[in-house]
Amino acid sequence: MITRNPGSWDFHGGIHRPDMKAMSAGRYLGKMPLPQRLVIPLQQHIGSLAEPLVSPGDRVFKGQTLARVTEYIGAPIHAPTSGTIVEISDQPVAHPSGLSAPCIVLEADGEDRWWDELPEPLPWFEEMDAALLRERIRWAGIVGLGGAAFPTSVKVNPGPDRKIQTLVINGAECEPYITCDDYLMRTEADRIVEGIRVLMHVVAADECLIGIEDNKPEAIAAMQKAVADSDLTTTRVVTVPTRYPMGGEKQLIKVLTGKEVPSHGIPAEIGVICLNVATTAAVTDAVMAGRPLLSRLVTVTGEGVNNPGNLEVPYGVMMADVIAFTGGYSDKAYKLILGGPMMGFTLQDDQVPVTKATNCLLVASREEAPDPDHALPCIRCGKCVEACPAQLLPQQLYWYARSKDLDKCQEYHLFDCIECGCCSWVCPSHIPLVQYYRFAKTETWAKEKERQAAEEAKRRHEARVERLERLERERKARLRKKKEALEKKTAGDAADPKKAAIDAAVKRAAERKAQKQSSEEPK
Amino acid sequence: MKFPVHTSPYGRLPNRVTGVMAQVLLALVPGVAAMIWYFGWGVVINIAIASATALAAEAAVLRLRHRPVKRTLMDLSALVTAALLAIALPPLLPWWLTVLGTLFAILFVKHLYGGLGYNPFNPAMAAYVLLLVSFPVDMTRWLPPEMLAKVHLTFGQALQAIFNGHLPASLTWDAVTSATPLDEMRTQLEFNKTISEIRQSPLWGDFGARGWEWVGNWFGLGGIFLAWRKVIDWRIPAAMIGGLLLVSGIFWAFDPESIPFPGFHLFSGGTILGAFFIATDPVTASTTPKGRLVYGFLIGATVFIIRTWGGYPDAVAFAVLLMNMAAPTIDYYTQPRVFGERENGDG
Amino acid sequence: MGIAILTLATLSALFGVLLGYASIRFKVEGDPIADQIDALLPQTQCGQCGYAGCRPYAEAIASGEAEINLCVPGGEPTMLAIADLLGKEPKPVEVDEGSQGVKKVAFIHEEECIGCTLCLQACPVDAIVGAAKQMHTVIVDQCTGCELCVAPCPVECIEMVPVKTTLGTWKWPYPDEHLLQKPEEQAS
Repeated sequence: MITRNPGSWDFHGGIHRPDMKAMSAGRYLGKMPLPQRLVIPLQQHIGSLAEPLVSPGDRVFKGQTLARVTEYIGAPIHAPTSGTIVEISDQPVAHPSGLSAPCIVLEADGEDRWWDELPEPLPWFEEMDAALLRERIRWAGIVGLGGAAFPTSVKVNPGPDRKIQTLVINGAECEPYITCDDYLMRTEADRIVEGIRVLMHVVAADECLIGIEDNKPEAIAAMQKAVADSDLTTTRVVTVPTRYPMGGEKQLIKVLTGKEVPSHGIPAEIGVICLNVATTAAVTDAVMAGRPLLSRLVTVTGEGVNNPGNLEVPYGVMMADVIAFTGGYSDKAYKLILGGPMMGFTLQDDQVPVTKATNCLLVASREEAPDPDHALPCIRCGKCVEACPAQLLPQQLYWYARSKDLDKCQEYHLFDCIECGCCSWVCPSHIPLVQYYRFAKTETWAKEKERQAAEEAKRRHEARVERLERLERERKARLRKKKEALEKKTAGDAADPKKAAIDAAVKRAAERKAQKQSSEEPK
Repeated sequence: MKFPVHTSPYGRLPNRVTGVMAQVLLALVPGVAAMIWYFGWGVVINIAIASATALAAEAAVLRLRHRPVKRTLMDLSALVTAALLAIALPPLLPWWLTVLGTLFAILFVKHLYGGLGYNPFNPAMAAYVLLLVSFPVDMTRWLPPEMLAKVHLTFGQALQAIFNGHLPASLTWDAVTSATPLDEMRTQLEFNKTISEIRQSPLWGDFGARGWEWVGNWFGLGGIFLAWRKVIDWRIPAAMIGGLLLVSGIFWAFDPESIPFPGFHLFSGGTILGAFFIATDPVTASTTPKGRLVYGFLIGATVFIIRTWGGYPDAVAFAVLLMNMAAPTIDYYTQPRVFGERENGDG
Repeated sequence: MGIAILTLATLSALFGVLLGYASIRFKVEGDPIADQIDALLPQTQCGQCGYAGCRPYAEAIASGEAEINLCVPGGEPTMLAIADLLGKEPKPVEVDEGSQGVKKVAFIHEEECIGCTLCLQACPVDAIVGAAKQMHTVIVDQCTGCELCVAPCPVECIEMVPVKTTLGTWKWPYPDEHLLQKPEEQAS
């Protein structure tokens, strides 16, 4: 049987954009110094909100668990430095809605002292049970650092009945402008490879494929060297063509293994687990050093900053402070985008904290992020169909989402859309297609919740009606019994002993009275 | 610091409707130049009349519909409709017929359905059919190609013919016009002449109809430019030409003396113009990749069927309109396989 | 003439038989229409339609005695769904412009509550917990916002409070013409 080489498959669609990586690639701006005040959101991951373990006024240390997981899909939150908890309150966070969310506000004491209850390093992890290692990953609060922030401990737990053949390490970094993963691969390839060793043991995969786009030759070289220097025999670096969205999990898996992740499924179903390089490096810290996830590399770039580059930022630092540290805004700064230009979102305000999902702060100029045009009508050209990496019909989804026909949207596989933005990018009419799909998705979820709430209300109402009817019936039954008892009393009563006694007494009294009268009469 | 917000993607988007339409107009230039060479200035005058009418009509109807006028006119779609219609019309057609056709195309076929992107039928072709059916005499006054023409009209004379309906003194319409090769083919076949006999006529050129074949070739060049630039989908012209050649080839193989050879169909009439410019109108064509192949193929087959057994010599307009009707159904049955699903729709 | 009559009579009989057969053979054993309408209603049980709950209203629509545009919490989407189901013409729903769109839940000000149980009895979905002379409180997740508890309260301690949108319940807005929001236009 002839098998093809990893990296020889292709995915449908995708777009080419100038990668704009040169301005920040390979440039390190240092480690961000700790500010006075840190704002740490309780939700920095997909899943349930973490529950605070501390209260205002508590003294905490670096690496201490501040909030724990409440449900299976979730991740704990740790203190990025030592200090005192000021409050636990709603603060503005980086979210397209502009809403606030519950956060722990920490006042740093400047000492940066480590917690003394950190777990021990596990250099002998290969002899340990995978479940214990997963627990360590879970404790460390590691989530997908590619931007999706899915809890890693859940991802590396496919279940006992799923065999994993391939561990895919995602070093593609396909979005323009972003270079933090590239920098990590260039400078800390050994740390990543160490993480691969741990993960290979945890998921027991047969092989590991590291996918890196061909516009990162230094990173490819560094990773190849690190793999060669290690004792890993089934791991290799695969160069993949540069095309957006090559870094999309489903697309990268297809290119590396030829397999397609099923439409409503996860990669584990086809024996693959895919993790980002930064996540892998974080696993190394958790297992080999006993350190939780406290900071990450962030790319600050765009024509709107004076000094683009990558820097290490602890969570909870305000984005305004990060940009100021790098050298501040240039006079071309027009928009602040969190993430890349294809899937990121604009922020109204830079006074929001950096979280585990913050991979890039793109401060764009007017040329880099022009204001949107008015959309023209759809001319049915089909360019969106050509570009869609999920092989959907974006045009049809647009028509149905626009007319709010959510059932039809689902028929056309709305939830298979990865919101990559390729369709909006190629549309000649400049229709904000992805916006329509995002609207349709959240609207569908909201309607589903409403439907469930309505059913619950109906159930409760029916239960209530039944309860009232039952009470009514019981009341009537009681009344009927009483009435029957009453009727029995007024009808024939010779059998009643009490009545008989009373009658007898009445009779005796009447007889006595009659006797008395007759004895008094002759006088 | 506060910033403006809007949704992704961010950057200068590469495609624009105006750009698409402008490239289509550019691609028409070689073909139009060939038409001027072979058939005189009439086509340019018609294009001018149609364009002016189209822009004025669209501006008026947009105002009535309370839509932005300048932004919509700038998308150049009205100009493309006008140009395609004018190219399809006979060169000396009276000006008011051109105006009538353009008004019908813009007002009825395009804007009454909702404007750009909402019309189910190709406006230029619907207008052409309206004129053809309502004014058959004027719509069949075609000029012979330059090498065969006994009379060559100047620009001024063409202008006069179009606006006044008057030919230069001492000329009659019969002297000036001639049957098109398609027309000729049909008539002679009815007289039971054989193909070999018909081919002796001076109307035949190297591949197909003399003069017309070269006009088609120049349009084809423009069309290939559009396909290369990805302005049009290559599937539609490829499938249409393929379908026409295949279906006509099968019938020709059976009866070479009463069915013209396939190349004739390709190089006569509006086939190449239709394949690259008319059938590829994205608004009215099928949208799925497989669907476009089916759509193009059916147009090609229908062109052959109507030309051979139908009532009109050139069938491209009718074939396109018929397939416009079928496009939604074709789309429904040719949906592509979604990533992660098996071929038969499971998963 | 006779032939014509005979032909038409035969054809009629034939089609009559066919239709009769089809009506029996292809009969749809579906829900009674009232059940289907009830499934479309929001189950608020508020009585704003004039009927004593969603089920009675559904039955009234099914029997033809009620119009389809009376449900206020359901609003236009519900009216359109019912119109679609019954093949009727949509009619505008009379909506109080101010209150539409914002979901509210009841909130009992516990300092003022006297424990009279009148609101308990009024709630159509038993979303208020309490007993005589005990504190009453609203189970927020079960409250449908029907407002039937507000009026019976003798000390007027029940207030309808808008539900706050959180990150988890926030929805992307429908894209419209105004895609760009400048800093001056931002609310917060």
